[in-house]
Amino acid sequence: MDFTFNEDQLLLQQATRDFLEGECTPEWVRASWESDTGRDPAFWKRLAEIGVPGLLVPEAHGGLGLDETDWVLLLEEVGRAALAEPVVATAVAAAALAELDDPAPAAEWLPRVAAGDARLAMGHAASPFVADAHVADRLLLPADGALHLLPQSAVSLEAQPSNDGSQRLYRATFAASSATRAADGARAAAILDAALDRGALACAAQALGVADRLISLAVEYAGQRQQFGVAIGSFQAVKHMLADVKVALEYARSHVYRASHSVARGERCRAVDVSMAKLAACEAATAAAKTSLQVHGAIGYTYEQDVHLWMKRAWSLDLAFGDPVFHRARLSSAVIDGALPAESFGYSPQGA
Amino acid sequence: MDLRYTPEQEAFRKEARAWLEANAPASPLRSFDTREGFEEHRAWEARLHEAGWAMVPWPREYGGRGADLLEWLVFEEEYYRAGAPGRVNQNGIFLLGPTIMEYGTPEQKARFLPPMASSAEVWAQGWSEPNAGSDMANIQATAVRDGDDFVINGQKTWASRGAFAHWLFGLFRTDPESSRHHGLSFVLVPLDAPGVSVRPIQKLNGKAAFAEVFFDDARVSAENLLGPGGRGWNVAMATAGFERGLMLRSPARFQSTAARLVGLYRDAVRRGDPVSPGMRERVARCWMDAEAYCLNTYQTVSRLLAGGKIGDEASLNKIFWSELDVRMHELALELLGPRAELLPEAPAAGDVGGWLEGYLFALSGPIYAGTNQIQRNIIAERILGLPRK
Ligand SMILES: Cc1cc2nc3c(=O)[nH]c(=O)nc-3n(C[C@H](O)[C@H](O)[C@H](O)COP(=O)(O)OP(=O)(O)OC[C@H]3O[C@@H](n4cnc5c(N)ncnc54)[C@H](O)[C@@H]3O)c2cc1C
Repeated sequence: MDFTFNEDQLLLQQATRDFLEGECTPEWVRASWESDTGRDPAFWKRLAEIGVPGLLVPEAHGGLGLDETDWVLLLEEVGRAALAEPVVATAVAAAALAELDDPAPAAEWLPRVAAGDARLAMGHAASPFVADAHVADRLLLPADGALHLLPQSAVSLEAQPSNDGSQRLYRATFAASSATRAADGARAAAILDAALDRGALACAAQALGVADRLISLAVEYAGQRQQFGVAIGSFQAVKHMLADVKVALEYARSHVYRASHSVARGERCRAVDVSMAKLAACEAATAAAKTSLQVHGAIGYTYEQDVHLWMKRAWSLDLAFGDPVFHRARLSSAVIDGALPAESFGYSPQGA
Repeated sequence: MDLRYTPEQEAFRKEARAWLEANAPASPLRSFDTREGFEEHRAWEARLHEAGWAMVPWPREYGGRGADLLEWLVFEEEYYRAGAPGRVNQNGIFLLGPTIMEYGTPEQKARFLPPMASSAEVWAQGWSEPNAGSDMANIQATAVRDGDDFVINGQKTWASRGAFAHWLFGLFRTDPESSRHHGLSFVLVPLDAPGVSVRPIQKLNGKAAFAEVFFDDARVSAENLLGPGGRGWNVAMATAGFERGLMLRSPARFQSTAARLVGLYRDAVRRGDPVSPGMRERVARCWMDAEAYCLNTYQTVSRLLAGGKIGDEASLNKIFWSELDVRMHELALELLGPRAELLPEAPAAGDVGGWLEGYLFALSGPIYAGTNQIQRNIIAERILGLPRK
C-alpha cells in the first residue's frame, strides 16, 4: 500500500508543466481558439517529443508504455495550461485500437500516434458528439452495438460550435458495413466502456489542473486589486470562498488518483471510481470557475481577461465523457442498488 | 502508487478482525458522558490494552503494538466494522500521546504513556478559556515557576470529559510579561491536585460531558512541563495537527456512518416510506465523500511514512470531515421523518435513536478543534497565500 507518486512520475509532470508554461501561454490558447481547426500539427509533433500522445502507447509501438497513474499527472498539466490539442481523443482511441482482436490497426496507427504523426478520435454512447473528429486520421465510432474503424473520408462531419473555444465537436454520420466493423457484441461493449472510463478519468485529471489554475488566478488578482484601501484578498468573504474551492480540489484529487489506479489495473470498481473522480473534479473546477469570476469582479467578465479560458474548459470537461447526470446516476445505481460493484476503500461493513 | 495491501497488512487485518469479533461488546455501552458509562468504557479500554490493541502504532514498551500508521488505519477500519465503543481517552491517545512521543523526555514517556494506553489515566484537553476560544493566543491562565513546582492560577473551560478525567494537558502562561503566542508552556496537570476544582457543564444533549476547570494556587511538579518552556504554542500546534489532520477522526468512522445511511435509505424504500427524489443521489454522494476522506487520509499516511509531516493541510481535513458528518446526519434525520426527534429511549425509536445523538454531536464538529471559519482563514492565508490584512 503506497499512495504516493514516485520521483519519475513527478519529474515527468514537472517537465510537462515547464514545457507548457513556456509554450502554451494564454496568448497561444487564444490564437488556437481563433484559428480554423483550433489544432496545430507542428505543435502536436512537439508534444510527441515530450511523450504526451505516446504516454499510454506500449513501448513495442514506440510509446512510453506508461499507465493511467502517470497519465493523470500529465493531464493535470494539460488542464492547467488549457491546452487545446486532441490529447484525450487520440489517447482514448489509441487505447481502444490496442484492445481490438485484430492487431493490425494498432500496429499501423499506434507508432504514428506516439511519433506525433497521427491523431485519432472516438465516439461513445454518453455523448452524441465526437470531439476532434475534424483532425482525426482514423475514427472509432459506435453503431448498433458494434464499433467501426473509419478513415475521416468515410465520415460526414457536421460542426457543432461550442462555448469552449478549444472544444471542437462534430456530429458524425457514416455508412456502417461489415468492412468497417472492428468489434461487435460483448467485445465492442467492453471496449466502449473502457473508453468512456478512460476519457472520463482524463477529463477529471484535466479538471484538477483547471481548478488549480483558476484558484491561482484569483489569488494573484486578490493580492493586487485594492478596494477600501486594502487588497481585496484580505477580506474574509473572499478568503473563505477560495478556501472552500481549495478543499473541494484537494478531495477531488484523491478520487482522481485512486481512479487512475483502478483504470490502470482494471479493478472491479473501475466504473464507480471513475464516476466519483469525474463528479468531484469537475465540481471543483466549475466551483473554482464561479469563484474566480466573482473574485475578479467585472474584469473577470470580459473576453480579454483570461479567467474565461479556464472557466469554459471547466464547463466543457464537465459535459465530456458523461455529464454529471450520467455519472451521478451511475454512482447511485452502484451505491444504492448494487447494480455495479462499489466497495469502500479499506473499510467493509459487517456482512459485506 | 500501489493501492493494494501487502500480505502482512492483510494478516494484520485478519488478526484484528478476529479479536474484535470475539471481544467487542455485543450491545452498546452507556454514554461515556455519564459516570457509569465512563467507567464501562474504561473497562473496555483495559481489555483492549491487555490484548495489545489499545494503541497499535505505539511502541510495545508503552503499551502499543509497534505497528505503523497504515496498520493503524486498518485497525480503525476493523474497529468501526465491529461497532466497538467510542474511545473514552481519545484526547489522550490520539492527541497528547503523539505529542509526548515527539516532545517528551524518556521519563515522561515511561511515566505517562502506559497508563494512557490502558486508560488507567484518562486525559482532558485544557486549551480553551472563557476569553480564549478561537483566539487561543489570548490564554490568561498562568503557571509560575516556584522552586521545583509550577503554581497554577486561572480557568480553563469546555474540557471534554473533564468531569471524569484524571489529568489535563493545557497551555499556561509561564512568562507573566509575555503576550499572545509567546511565553506559553505545555503543562500536564493532575485534576486531583489541591487547588484544582472541576465544574461539569451540560452539553447540548443534557449530559455533563465537558467541564470548567478552576486553578487556585494549584501546585504541579515542574517535571510536568512538556517540551521547551515558553514554546508551548509550537508544542500545541503539533497536537492540533494530529487532531485536525489525522488521528482524532479516522476515515472508517465516516465510512461506517455512510454505510449505515445507505442502509437507512434502502430500508425506507423497502418499507415504502416516502422519500423525496433528490435523496437517493444525496445518500450516494455522502458515501462518495466518505470515500474521498478515506483516500485522502491514505495519501497523508503514505506521505508521513515517506518522511513527510502534517502541516497546514490539516485544516482542509478538519473542514471536510466535520461538514460531511453534519450532512450525513441531517440526511438521516430527514429520512427518519417524524421519528427524527425521538430520543433513543423512546419506545418507537427502535434502533434509530442513535442518529439524533449522532447529529447533536456532529453539530459540534465545525466548532471544536478550531472552528471551521478559523480553518478557512488558515487555508486562505497559509496555504493559498492571501494577505492577512
Ligand atoms: C463539543 C465540544 C468539545 C470541546 N472540547 C474541548 C476540549 O476538550 N478542550 C478545549 O480546550 N476546548 C474544547 N472545546 C472548545 C473549542 O475548542 C472552542 O469552542 C473553539 O475553539 C471556539 O471557541 P469559542 O467557543 O470561544 O468560540 P468563539 O471563538 O467565540 O467563536 C464564535 C464564532 O465566531 C467565529 N469567529 C471567531 N473568530 C473568528 C475569526 N477570526 N474569523 C472568523 N470567524 C471567527 C467562530 O468561527 C465562531 O463561529 C470544545 C467545544 C465543543 C463544542
